Amino acid sequence: MNRLAPAKNEGFAGFVLWSVAAFIVAVFAWLMADILIHGAAQISWDFLSTAPEKAGRRGGILPILVSTLLIMGVCLLAALPIALGTAILLAEFTPEKSAFGRMVRRALDVLAGVPSIVFGLFGNAFFSVYLGLGFSILSGGLTLACMILPLLIRTLEAGLRANPARDRLAAAALGLSYGASLRHILLPGAAPALLAGLLLGGGRAIAETAALVYTSGYVDRMPGSLLDSGRALSVHIFDLSMNVPGGDQNAYASALVLIVLLFIVNVTTAGIVSRWRKTGLAI
Amino acid sequence: MSPCRSDRNLVILLRLLSAVSGVIVLLIIAFLLKEALPLFQTIGLTRFFSDASWHPTEGRFNIRPMLAGSFLISFGAMGLAAPLALFSGIFSLYYAPQKGARFYQGLITLLAGIPSVVYGLWGLLVLVPLIRKLQAPGASLLAGILILALMILPTIALNAHAALLRVPQALIRGAAALGLSRGQIVKRVVLPLALPGISTGIILGAGRAIGETMAVLMVAGNVVQIPESLFDPVRTLTANIALEMSYALGDHRAALFMSALILMAAVLVLVVAAESIEAKTVYE
Repeated sequence: MNRLAPAKNEGFAGFVLWSVAAFIVAVFAWLMADILIHGAAQISWDFLSTAPEKAGRRGGILPILVSTLLIMGVCLLAALPIALGTAILLAEFTPEKSAFGRMVRRALDVLAGVPSIVFGLFGNAFFSVYLGLGFSILSGGLTLACMILPLLIRTLEAGLRANPARDRLAAAALGLSYGASLRHILLPGAAPALLAGLLLGGGRAIAETAALVYTSGYVDRMPGSLLDSGRALSVHIFDLSMNVPGGDQNAYASALVLIVLLFIVNVTTAGIVSRWRKTGLAI
Repeated sequence: MSPCRSDRNLVILLRLLSAVSGVIVLLIIAFLLKEALPLFQTIGLTRFFSDASWHPTEGRFNIRPMLAGSFLISFGAMGLAAPLALFSGIFSLYYAPQKGARFYQGLITLLAGIPSVVYGLWGLLVLVPLIRKLQAPGASLLAGILILALMILPTIALNAHAALLRVPQALIRGAAALGLSRGQIVKRVVLPLALPGISTGIILGAGRAIGETMAVLMVAGNVVQIPESLFDPVRTLTANIALEMSYALGDHRAALFMSALILMAAVLVLVVAAESIEAKTVYE
């Protein structure tokens, strides 16, 4: 740890820093308390298990939860093989100075910086119109897959790199092929990173709105197939608060559901990472 | 070691999978260009800045108000969030008690994951009415700046924290052994060394600020105008796309893709800037 011994007298700077931290905590406590108080009043089993009525003013969010999970599933299923392949190549087969590796990294940096609304436009022009998938869960999921690739690859690559060098050497000494040592030694060693990456990617996917409005669309019915339009939870919150007068209460409740989902994702990831650090590896 | 045949096939497969990310970047640029090009060919670039107004259905495409909106909101938000984020990083590493620091850092990580619609919702239902009491209409440049600052603060704070953490411990111990006070160590040793990393984080934060759509759309009022005060409603480039895409056809649609290209270009410039700073970062 990069830490100094505690000191009694920290003067003006200490005062300013403590105030800033207190201010940040206070503002966010306000935000969380507001959503918790307004949201908790609405939430019940009925809210989670029925369809929305009157454009969402009444009723629940069941079809929206289903659509959200389907979009997330499509996104992770599409992104995982690509991310895994790229991470293995970058971590195991690419020398520091290789031109191909540098190009892949540059592409990932750019991808990580592309605004989500631009992903939305691209997804609309490419998946919905050009590939003819229309406004559908498939279009939305694939658009999100493009978006979470950098995050997923970075986590997986870090996980693979954390495998101790002696494992690779021992595998090579035993005459294992790269393929076999990946399958039996390196990938199992990186399994926690795989899980953490999937959780982080899934978290990013359910938090997203702008990329989904023009790809997976607004329809709040229960989706019949992956080619149906489905409204994601975050799009539902947006629509209720902006376009539906009187939708505030259910918007709060949906926001609370979304935050709780993300909280579970975050805590689980943190748990995985910290247990993993204790065993001597590091992300 | 000479790789066997199955390994050679494996590497080919991995290379193909790795190329997908690059292909996606190219596809994004290609499809934005493809959709924007027809309009670009008929009216050129200058009319996006010289037309009388933004009435895309009547053939007037002035995007200056949206550019001004994006620029003012992003800069305002960065101006507020960057110093607070830096203080937050210094606080949790050098001033907070150990347990407090862990809790504080956990909180910041959690906040960085909160979706932008949730910030937008809170802004719309709590902050905007507060600003309305000060001066109507409430949904304004000020509301946009405050919400965006709040939203990007955790991300920049995490980056700043990581940059500070990379300063070698030996230098800090050495400075402490020389009898420097905590404030002096932070100011004279840690900050100068961590500056490149912190700047990179701030630049990437700026990219995120310019690209943010939903939170700003929900609180900034979305009137197409160059604001004269903090209380005037504004519309950003991103909000404009999100609002008009649903009914845009023909030249109008092309104009929206054109603004997406401008956003994309801004982000590319920021990414390259961040990379060039990062490349210079050397710790002895």
